[in-house]
Amino acid sequence: MAAIELRNVTKKFATADGGTFTALKDISLTVADGQFCAVVGPTGCGKSTTLTLISGLESPSAGEVFVDGKPVAGIDTGTGFVFQQDAVFPWKSVLDNVSAGPLFRGVDKSAARAQARDWIRRVGLSGFEDRYPHQLSGGMRKRVALAQTLINRPRVLLMDEPFGALDVQTRSIMSTELLNLWDQTRPAVVFVTHDLEEAIALADNVIVLTAGPGTVKAEFQIDLPRPRVVQEIRFDPRFVATYERIWEALRDEVKEAYARTTTSVAPDGARDVA
Amino acid sequence: MKGAGRMWTRRRRLVIALQVTVLVVWLGGWELAARTRVIDPFFFSQPSAVWSQIVTWATQGTSQGSLSEQIMVTLEEAAIGFVIGVVAGVVAGIALGRIRILADVFAPYIKVANSIPRIVLGSLFIVAFGLGLTSKVLLVIVLVFFGVFFNAFQGTREVDRNLMANAKLLGASRWKVTTEVVMPSAFTWILASLHVSFGFAIIGAIVGEFLGSDRGLGNLIRSAQGNFNQSGVLACMVLTAVIALLAEFLITRLERRLLRWRPPQHGDADLAVL
Repeated sequence: MAAIELRNVTKKFATADGGTFTALKDISLTVADGQFCAVVGPTGCGKSTTLTLISGLESPSAGEVFVDGKPVAGIDTGTGFVFQQDAVFPWKSVLDNVSAGPLFRGVDKSAARAQARDWIRRVGLSGFEDRYPHQLSGGMRKRVALAQTLINRPRVLLMDEPFGALDVQTRSIMSTELLNLWDQTRPAVVFVTHDLEEAIALADNVIVLTAGPGTVKAEFQIDLPRPRVVQEIRFDPRFVATYERIWEALRDEVKEAYARTTTSVAPDGARDVA
Repeated sequence: MKGAGRMWTRRRRLVIALQVTVLVVWLGGWELAARTRVIDPFFFSQPSAVWSQIVTWATQGTSQGSLSEQIMVTLEEAAIGFVIGVVAGVVAGIALGRIRILADVFAPYIKVANSIPRIVLGSLFIVAFGLGLTSKVLLVIVLVFFGVFFNAFQGTREVDRNLMANAKLLGASRWKVTTEVVMPSAFTWILASLHVSFGFAIIGAIVGEFLGSDRGLGNLIRSAQGNFNQSGVLACMVLTAVIALLAEFLITRLERRLLRWRPPQHGDADLAVL
């Protein structure tokens, strides 16, 4: 049974001027149990919207979303979500942040803390238990966010450009660590990114969305062997071949999305160029 | 670094020297103007007379008992009313911020209540509850409540959507979202409102005493006014200012303690001066 399934899903939002904006149009996709699926597409193609629909934070305007064969109705606690921006609680220490999930779910305090210490060790933050988020680097805060989500052992893990704000080196290190952590609990993952390299390095399959309103343009299997080391995998000739193949599909969409943004800001942009 | 440090202390010394100069020019000018009869000390008093009035009250007592008793009475009214007003404001603000239907129902009433001159209620309370503590405490509560309420309400509405979504996905109930996310987040706003609110508390206590009482600083002001003792009125003002500054100091300490998790803010240095 598929861990995640979207069936002909459309999502529209009301805009400020009273109109509607279609983020996703008639999109269908499935992610198998334990599969790592990356979703790529140009800016504004509705990548993040797919995640909010799977998580139950939003509901579709048409079509159906299933997690573990059951239709999604509201937030499901079997789903983990790693946000693009920092969503760790700034007023909680690292230990309290990581133990928040088990505590919310009714685990008693000492057990929750023991679990949290274990996960803090797994993400390599031992010794930082008492720090507040503002005392950590961006990469360390991401580790806290990962531990905070994974401690709940989600069956479905949703990630919205989680490493987008990190520098390039930290980003590839974190990606490798993500793969190691994923291997420990093997949830089904939907990883949204605009970075095709990141998507190929991490995923079992890559889904390319069209420029908004988003729908599936093409799907590619990635046959690179695991375990992978993200820092080095891009030199593999198979990686390069795969990249070329997928870029072929993605290029037109990126061009299309870019053309739209440039025409819509042209009156202002023209002055900048001059 | 060292050079910068020295520059900083030099600047600091200059600021302090200028501050002392301003004080000396102001008080000295006032004293001099009064002594040379440029202004009439009968109407505008003079610093030395105000000071000797405070000394007289402190050593020989006032017409209505010892000075410390008057201060304690006013402080008691202000403190009790302040605590009740703050608690009520915080609870009401968070409740209305979290529960949409409550906000919709009460919004017009709160707008009306906020726009009437609430200080007038003092007269009503004196008649209904007599010259004692109750009438003053009620007036203080009415004055303190709204400032705290609006800040708590706004603070609740401004909570980062990502943090709320994250807490829900981690398994937090609605109540847990309120206590673990909304309240710590809104506390920044609430604490900011306490500075102004304590000023209102003192005003409420003094006006309440002024309207009808047999003890307290407000009563002392009234009897000084009745005797054309302008030095007495100003002496009470000075004493009130000292109380307010002490309270301000304590609130700032509390704020630092409760907001330890916050990164150092640029504005903090300026606030410390105030």
